[in-house]
Amino acid sequence: MRRMMFGFWALGLLATLAVAAEPPLGLPPVPVPADNPITPEKVELGEKLFNDTRFSTTGEVSCATCHKAEKGFTDGLPVSEGIHKLTGTRSAPTVINAAYLDSQFWDGREPSLESQSAQPFLNPVEMGLKNHEPILEIVRTDQQYLALFQEAFGKKADQITMDDVQKAIGSFERTLIGGDSPFDRYLYGGDETAMSLAAIRGLEVFRGQGRCVSCHVIEQTQALFTDNQFHNIGVAAQRMPTNLDELAAAVNEVKEKGTDVAVLSNPKTESLGRFAVTRELSDMGAFKTPTVRNIELTAPYLHDGSVESLEDVVTFYNNGGRSEETDPVPELLDGGIRPLDLSDEQQADLVEFLKALTSPRFVQE
Amino acid sequence: MIRLNRREFLIKTGAAMAASALPINLVRTAFGATGAAEDFTFAYISDAHIQHIGGTEFVRNWDRGLIRSIHEANLLSPRPDFFFFGGDLAQLGTREEIDHGLEIMSKLRGKVHYVMGEHDYYLDLGEYWESQLGPQWYSFDHKGVHFVVLNSVLTYDDWTFNGWPAPMDRMKAMARLDNPKGSPFLVGKKQRAWLKKDLEKVNKNIPVVVCSHSPIQKIYKGWNFWTDDAEEILALLKPFRKVTVLYGHVHQIQYNQIGNISFHAVMATAWPWPYPESYAQAASHFPELTVPMNRADPFFERDATGWQFINVHTGNVDMRYQLPNNKDRTVAFDTKTGRPKDQEYQDPKNRRPPHVHY
Repeated sequence: MRRMMFGFWALGLLATLAVAAEPPLGLPPVPVPADNPITPEKVELGEKLFNDTRFSTTGEVSCATCHKAEKGFTDGLPVSEGIHKLTGTRSAPTVINAAYLDSQFWDGREPSLESQSAQPFLNPVEMGLKNHEPILEIVRTDQQYLALFQEAFGKKADQITMDDVQKAIGSFERTLIGGDSPFDRYLYGGDETAMSLAAIRGLEVFRGQGRCVSCHVIEQTQALFTDNQFHNIGVAAQRMPTNLDELAAAVNEVKEKGTDVAVLSNPKTESLGRFAVTRELSDMGAFKTPTVRNIELTAPYLHDGSVESLEDVVTFYNNGGRSEETDPVPELLDGGIRPLDLSDEQQADLVEFLKALTSPRFVQE
Repeated sequence: MIRLNRREFLIKTGAAMAASALPINLVRTAFGATGAAEDFTFAYISDAHIQHIGGTEFVRNWDRGLIRSIHEANLLSPRPDFFFFGGDLAQLGTREEIDHGLEIMSKLRGKVHYVMGEHDYYLDLGEYWESQLGPQWYSFDHKGVHFVVLNSVLTYDDWTFNGWPAPMDRMKAMARLDNPKGSPFLVGKKQRAWLKKDLEKVNKNIPVVVCSHSPIQKIYKGWNFWTDDAEEILALLKPFRKVTVLYGHVHQIQYNQIGNISFHAVMATAWPWPYPESYAQAASHFPELTVPMNRADPFFERDATGWQFINVHTGNVDMRYQLPNNKDRTVAFDTKTGRPKDQEYQDPKNRRPPHVHY
């Protein structure tokens, strides 16, 4: 296992420099903040930080616990498990291609990879630290870290800050870029044999009757498969506040505990989605459109991990945001979500298409 | 001073953390035009166009728009004092449509005042609507404001009563845009006489809010963005210090100021109309003051639809437009210039360029 991981990461690191120069087929250049240019030294440091379990109260949980390389940088669980097997309320999103997103977390409450990376250390159901001091204590005393921070930032022990830690993690995450899938080779590479006939039919459903492409965007020269917007697709409808008392209680919880802690500790508060961030009624129950690249690697699905298979995801959309056709239609359902009337064959083709979005780089033997 | 919405207000006063649990942007501002008036808010839903397909089937999209707005309005806090429904509950005025619409409306928590729309009226000349909802025009006082509800979608008797093979032919003729055999909306002599009498009782310092379905101003005749006797009604309103006219029908953000009278359109929950100046081949008198809405993304059925809550503020009205799949907007009365102002986009420099369609 260890050897496999090492081999994988050695490859990944080699790919890093290629990423900086030229993005893989189907993706634009990775956006890099002006104050945090990518360097191989920062990436190496970021990867070590990402995998270090010492930054949790139990010494057992790292970023990689919920974002496992061998599981498409998710964890295969409906909702993630932190220290003492405590669970949150949301499914770990993949880190692959997170560098392209306008905002981070399912409700977009953080604007960047850097600012996002600081939160899970402190969440009581994730890594559980009271503050970031224990992290700084380790990186200011560990000989390997001292050398890496010196190389990456030119800083000595006392000069290392959380800002540097976050920048290193962000830099590492910016190397986790996945394009070059059979779909990319078919659409952008001119290889008509790259996708199966079923997947090609599925692409037509994706862009046509399935209406998928309106949020999971495909463009002329690239495909991020997200509109970077927030939509209520009906996932959390059953547990959303239905009256003012429940809503006031949920909003109070967000105010008292902070969004990050509140939404990961209470499924009802969780269901507010983007509203917890903006307090706009039109954002009630809305969650960020995730990319569908590498989706075969990242089951289970939807923001709460409530759907196990791609077949069931397609059924959910075909029913207009409902698992069962007989479920009530959520009142606040987004205007783009409605029954699709896809045939069984169209649905099967759509699943085949989704399976053609996997990047070879992230498939492990 | 420009009114700030609750959140802006809280942010600007640094009181955000000390605020109550109230989640919604809503301000209560005492207006004190007479000194005795109290502050209050109300909300406005309009133009649902509930459409019967057959049997128990209704057009899903229009149902969903009304359901969504009601669900959102039920989460408003503090509670609005009451609601308005601005007309066109039905598409073709049938009992099925009005009943289905009222069944959906029954979920709205609070008192609702209804305005007659032409889609409610021209099948049976408002008979069934009236049997369910009461008089077609009326007035009431609330916390120092005089509210007047008009049926502004009447027209000339000759058109209404002559030459229709069946009532549904009349209904469908009035539902058509650019109908060369159409007829302009009218409040009419009888109702104007009632209005004159009604307003005689009201102190001229009392703020007056008039709710009608069509604009009591002349914007574009081909689509009946128009009331033919608008001047005569405005003349009756002229003696009052502060008057606001709220209207549905146009399915888009419009606002204007004529003398002492502010005009605001409300959104439809069903679908957006384009702006006549960008679409029609004939001249329109689109209010110069208005910053148009962004072009809607047709994929999102709710884009450029919505509803609004309203602050009655120093006797003038501030509109807060709730726009799903779009950016909410506030058009508030600016006491400095004496006219409504879009809080974000009035300055052309701040506007987002419209989508270009090739």
